[in-house]
Amino acid sequence: MLCDHCHEAEATVHLTQVVDGSVKKLHLCETCAAKSGFDLQGPISITDILLGLGGAMGAAPEVEEKACPRCHLRRTDFKKTGRLGCPDCYDAFAGELVPLIKAMHRKDQHAGKVPSREGARTRLNAEVAALQKRLDQAVEGEDYEEAARLRDELQRCRQRAASGDEGAGRS
Amino acid sequence: MKVDDLLGHPSAWLDSRGETGVVVSSRVRLARNLRDAAFPGWAGEEECERLWKELQPTLSGLSALSPSFALPMGDLDPVDRQILFERHLVSREHAEKGRGSGLVASRDERIAVMVNEEDHLRLQAMRPGFDLRGTWATVDAVDSELERSVRYAFSPRMGYLTACPTNVGTGMRASVMLHLPGLVLMGEMNPIVKGVGKIGLAVRGLWGEGTEAVGNMFQVSNQISLGDAEPDIIGGLEQVVREIVEHEKNARARLLEKREAMLRDHVGRALGILANAHILPSKEALDLLSGLRLGLDVGILETPGREVIDRLMLVTQPAHLQKTEGRRLKPRDRDLARANLIRTALIGRPKQP
Repeated sequence: MLCDHCHEAEATVHLTQVVDGSVKKLHLCETCAAKSGFDLQGPISITDILLGLGGAMGAAPEVEEKACPRCHLRRTDFKKTGRLGCPDCYDAFAGELVPLIKAMHRKDQHAGKVPSREGARTRLNAEVAALQKRLDQAVEGEDYEEAARLRDELQRCRQRAASGDEGAGRS
Repeated sequence: MKVDDLLGHPSAWLDSRGETGVVVSSRVRLARNLRDAAFPGWAGEEECERLWKELQPTLSGLSALSPSFALPMGDLDPVDRQILFERHLVSREHAEKGRGSGLVASRDERIAVMVNEEDHLRLQAMRPGFDLRGTWATVDAVDSELERSVRYAFSPRMGYLTACPTNVGTGMRASVMLHLPGLVLMGEMNPIVKGVGKIGLAVRGLWGEGTEAVGNMFQVSNQISLGDAEPDIIGGLEQVVREIVEHEKNARARLLEKREAMLRDHVGRALGILANAHILPSKEALDLLSGLRLGLDVGILETPGREVIDRLMLVTQPAHLQKTEGRRLKPRDRDLARANLIRTALIGRPKQP
């Protein structure tokens, strides 16, 4: 396979990127890959790959770079440090962050502790998510007795969530 | 309260009064941020200073931390900062912070809160031995008490929002410090490190991220913080730790059975060097002290006691050593002082042989 860029050398660097929901493949020779800003010797950070920030690839600069409306952190700032600027960044960059977080944690729904002042609904939602998970595990482990029990509990929990009744939420 | 006041006590992570063995200590930390402020790395020093002034009295007032002490990082000299790091009260990154960052901790060092590290708050509970559930209960209680006074950044979907997306969700990292000389001697550590990595856990060295496993000490912790409830994450870690402990015990049994001479030689050489050396770099000292700890665990040695070894592991660290000597020491002088301290502790001989 020849390099997509120079069409001369053998392509040895193969990239797969998902851009706006469609998969794009790019095959480059080592020279062209290096010119495009890929440091083949250095470690490639998962953040860079998932955010499609691998150096100068795609050389089409965004006209106006996306920034968080509250703290004004830009995407490139995040790329540089791997750290977000404020809690609102999670909404501002949700498009890029959610797939990144899913790749890191294999999940994208919190199922743990909830601050007590976050209100009953959030707590119940978290409880529903946790119960659903235990139910899935019980079914997988063919423990149908436990699964039936969890199913009933889940149903009660869902009803409480729908009626807005705080009930015996987790502390 | 000064940093010096900590020195008379064992550190919470290395306290042989607790039941320790293969598992040296357990630790759980929670990353938390305030809803209405930028994260510390982006907020700037002025804002961090304002937050520290606001948070410090709140933290010092928590009943869960009482009696407590508070130290602004900007006021500390480099040796004091290093002491806090060696006692696992602050991270390496936090030890280098200046104005606007600080530490509030309980006097027994079992609870420590870093203010304005990477996140506004890093709540940590630590105790000797294998007790992740008790450690989680402690830090959970601190968190629940604190959330009455501050408004956390939280989203129903992503959980507790953190400066780095790797910590989002529960914001929890649970870890255990393991002493694994048997597995290292049998050359069986690599498959374990690889296997553990595949199931969403990480193995690190004695001092955390990016550090070498000196003294055969390894930290095992969860990497995934989102999508499971805290007790489930801890349960998964516990199970793996129990397995590693079994492997370690097994490796020690095989060493005794099949390579007893080699094992006795290993322990004997460690004791011989520690009791007689005059120049001891930090890594060598820890590796050899690990040999003594092993000798004690498998019954080859009867003295010195575990408490002597564990105390030496801590007080021979660079900053503790300089505090003990009462002056700043160059690395070369530290190696002399370290050897002297260990020799005296082991054979009670005066300064010059």
